[in-house]
Amino acid sequence: MLTRRIIPCLDVRNRRVTKGVRFQNNVELGDPIALASRYYEEGCDELVVYDITASAERRPIDIEMVREVARAIHIPFAVGGGIATLADMERVLLAGAEKISVNSLAVANPALIGEGSRAFGAQCIVLGMDPVRVAVDARFPSGYEITTHGFRERTGMDAVAWARRAADLGAGEIVVNSVDADGTRRGFDLRLTRLIAEAVGVPVVASGGAGKPSHLADVFREGLADAAIVAGMIHTGEFTIPRIKSELAASGIPVRATW
Amino acid sequence: MIVIVDYKAGNLTSVQLGFGALGLETRVTRDPAEIARAGRLVFPGVGAAGAAMRNLRELGLVAPLQAAAARGIPFLGICLGTQIVLGRSEEDGGTETLGLLPGQVRRFQPLVPTDKVPQIGWNSVAFRRPHPVLAGLASGSEFYFVHSYYPAPANETDVIGVTEYAGATFASLMGRGNIVAAQFHPEKSGRMGLQLLKNFSNWDGKC
Repeated sequence: MLTRRIIPCLDVRNRRVTKGVRFQNNVELGDPIALASRYYEEGCDELVVYDITASAERRPIDIEMVREVARAIHIPFAVGGGIATLADMERVLLAGAEKISVNSLAVANPALIGEGSRAFGAQCIVLGMDPVRVAVDARFPSGYEITTHGFRERTGMDAVAWARRAADLGAGEIVVNSVDADGTRRGFDLRLTRLIAEAVGVPVVASGGAGKPSHLADVFREGLADAAIVAGMIHTGEFTIPRIKSELAASGIPVRATW
Repeated sequence: MIVIVDYKAGNLTSVQLGFGALGLETRVTRDPAEIARAGRLVFPGVGAAGAAMRNLRELGLVAPLQAAAARGIPFLGICLGTQIVLGRSEEDGGTETLGLLPGQVRRFQPLVPTDKVPQIGWNSVAFRRPHPVLAGLASGSEFYFVHSYYPAPANETDVIGVTEYAGATFASLMGRGNIVAAQFHPEKSGRMGLQLLKNFSNWDGKC
């Protein structure tokens, strides 16, 4: 049986993993390669590495870091941050990443999704989105608006409409990161995750709000997520991947048991 | 030396890094002569069968691959490489493939909307019979899959391991003689996958 994936997320700034609440008050958590290796040994199913300042600083992604991660872990990992062109994508893939995550720059240039998908395969192209809760109206039938640039900019785009469009353009997976839940550790936005999961035929990765193992069980069961991102709850050492997996298994969620 | 076939069908970095982590030397090539005289071949690939077969023909690699397989050298197919090892694919309106093992490739037909296509993630492989590349691995171990089509070998005796997805039980690991072919990605499957690569590198191609 296909298992539900647990995916640690490393937000990297100046070669250090950081964690903030709603993109603010970031604290440093350590070396990305050491953390990636630790989570790999502990049985995480995949990893996401965001170079969170590449886009704002208008510089290419830290490719040497991508190479080091690829040498350290032998599971799939996605890389995001500042990927604007096919050449950027190719550099990241040749450095050993399995997937490329595009977010703000795909909103600015949706054609990037299709170009990447045709060049490297849909399985390589992950659309990250940061929806924020808004009043339901004609512009936002889902009640969620897409934001960009670390939640700082509004786009006027409805989250479900954007997810459908991205999947049609060739995104192979969609990471739904709730602006409202991000960093709160009070649970995923289940309604949002489910709305997107029911709207698209590609796997949906829930992100934002994981604080304890039961939050993952909720988003797999009620949010229909195929995978879930964890960050603060493991970075602080409060929970470990094996503990999350054993609690999920006990509640009947299929998780990878051998590693 | 392990020769990895490069036919413009996806990224080979992780395959090289997988063997590299085991201290094993690899050579990536699309040179027909080098492939024809290889002592051990890895035939990976992601993407569509039609484009892949076109690339193999344009690069002049069809005959060298068939010759290498016929010489009895250890031959490992991965993902799309595994599908091309069979004779025919449903993909791209029907594509004739290498035919190193009899059988064809079929598309998943999901029964419920939550069965997404492609299958992406870790799924277990139940071993139907022992094989040298499975040394030290337990039946039911999980491996990483990314695929929309699955292998359907004509002979049950070519099935080494099976996996269930979207209402199908398919051959996720096949083999006959010196050929072994995995639908999953051993190079992306953590310690279990590296064990399989290590076993392959030690295998004499007989079983």
